[in-house]
Amino acid sequence: MVKKRLIPCLDVRDGRTVKGIQFEGLRDAGDPISLAARYAQEGADELVFLDITATNQRRQPLTHLVRDVARVLDIPFTVGGGISTVADVEALLMSGADKVSINSAALARPGLISELARRFGSQCVVVAVDARLVEQEWQVMTRAGTVATGRQAVDWCREAADLGAGELLLTSMSHDGTKAGFALELTRAVSEAVPVPVIASGGAGQPSDFTAVFKAGGADAALAASIFHFNETALPALKQYLHAEGIAIRL
Amino acid sequence: MEIAVVDYKGGNVQSVLFALERLGAQATLTADPEILRKADKVLFPGEGEAASAMEALRAAGLHKVLPTLTQPFLGICLGMQLLGQHSEENDTPLLGLLPFNVKRFVPNTTHKVPHMGWNNLQDLQGPLFAGLTDADHVYFVHSYYAPVGNYTTAQASHPAPFSAAVQHGNFHGVQFHTEKSGAVGTRILANFLSL
Repeated sequence: MVKKRLIPCLDVRDGRTVKGIQFEGLRDAGDPISLAARYAQEGADELVFLDITATNQRRQPLTHLVRDVARVLDIPFTVGGGISTVADVEALLMSGADKVSINSAALARPGLISELARRFGSQCVVVAVDARLVEQEWQVMTRAGTVATGRQAVDWCREAADLGAGELLLTSMSHDGTKAGFALELTRAVSEAVPVPVIASGGAGQPSDFTAVFKAGGADAALAASIFHFNETALPALKQYLHAEGIAIRL
Repeated sequence: MEIAVVDYKGGNVQSVLFALERLGAQATLTADPEILRKADKVLFPGEGEAASAMEALRAAGLHKVLPTLTQPFLGICLGMQLLGQHSEENDTPLLGLLPFNVKRFVPNTTHKVPHMGWNNLQDLQGPLFAGLTDADHVYFVHSYYAPVGNYTTAQASHPAPFSAAVQHGNFHGVQFHTEKSGAVGTRILANFLSL
């Protein structure tokens, strides 16, 4: 059977890995290529690179970083940040990215999802959704979480999957960087609403949070940054723990 | 050793080139029938959608060249599926080298489509899998699959068994991504290069 995936996320700004809390207050977390190689060695199932400055500064993601990463990495990786055209995606895939993640551009023009799926196949189109809990409703945010869209998270996830997204990267901004656990109800609601895999993101703090997001949340994969970057939880130990908890995992 | 990677503008070939490079193998990315015929090994990566891939192959004249190749040949992912007869993906006739018809997975709440991620191989047969066991995992990402048949050399399940690898004569195919399957994938690629 297909296993649950653990995905370290590398937020990249100006060529360095950084990490903040609820999208702000960034700390330096090292060189992305050596971090990527270390995670692959330790059993990461996939990696995600997000160029977190790209959207706000209207800059295209760093294709040369993608190339350097693809040269050394023998596991799949996704690249996101500021991707808004078919040409952006083509450049990244040709440089060696396995998937691209789109967010603000898909919200601005949902038809982009279908264009990418037709041109490159759904398998490489990840739609990232940043959701924030506002008055008991999960609202979709855009432009690196700075602008509310007025859309409901579950509705937008369903629409993105219908348009051809092959996977959803669902981040709870209300949990991001807090280490208080994943947004279980949101993850469960989205996972049940769409036929495609769902990556849960935001809030990982301890091993039991992963058990919860796979069991109660119904996630297919879990993404985390802080706990991996700062050596708080080592991947091999986390995988052993999840295996002992009865989660199907690749050891 | 001359290694040719089939270039038909059909998606991400860079990862396969890098994987070969990590094995110390130099590969030529080409659509030239002469170079393909003379190569010691031919790799045929594929991603994306079946009908446009077949169209690209026809545009390059490769739909007639590939079936005549006699050296070890490895189709990867969509490159494996294209070796079959027909795909449900946009009702597409394929190269017709192996007797399978490609079908679409039906999703349910526990088995999402695409089948995406690491899955273990079962019932391994043949030289590609030398040194590997049923406990080994490889990386899959696909929504369509080849059913199990007498051409199947490895299986995986989602939830029913399907062909993770196929072979007919010199034509080998793997549904998973050897170039993205860590040490296990590297071993399979090395096994292919030593055929």
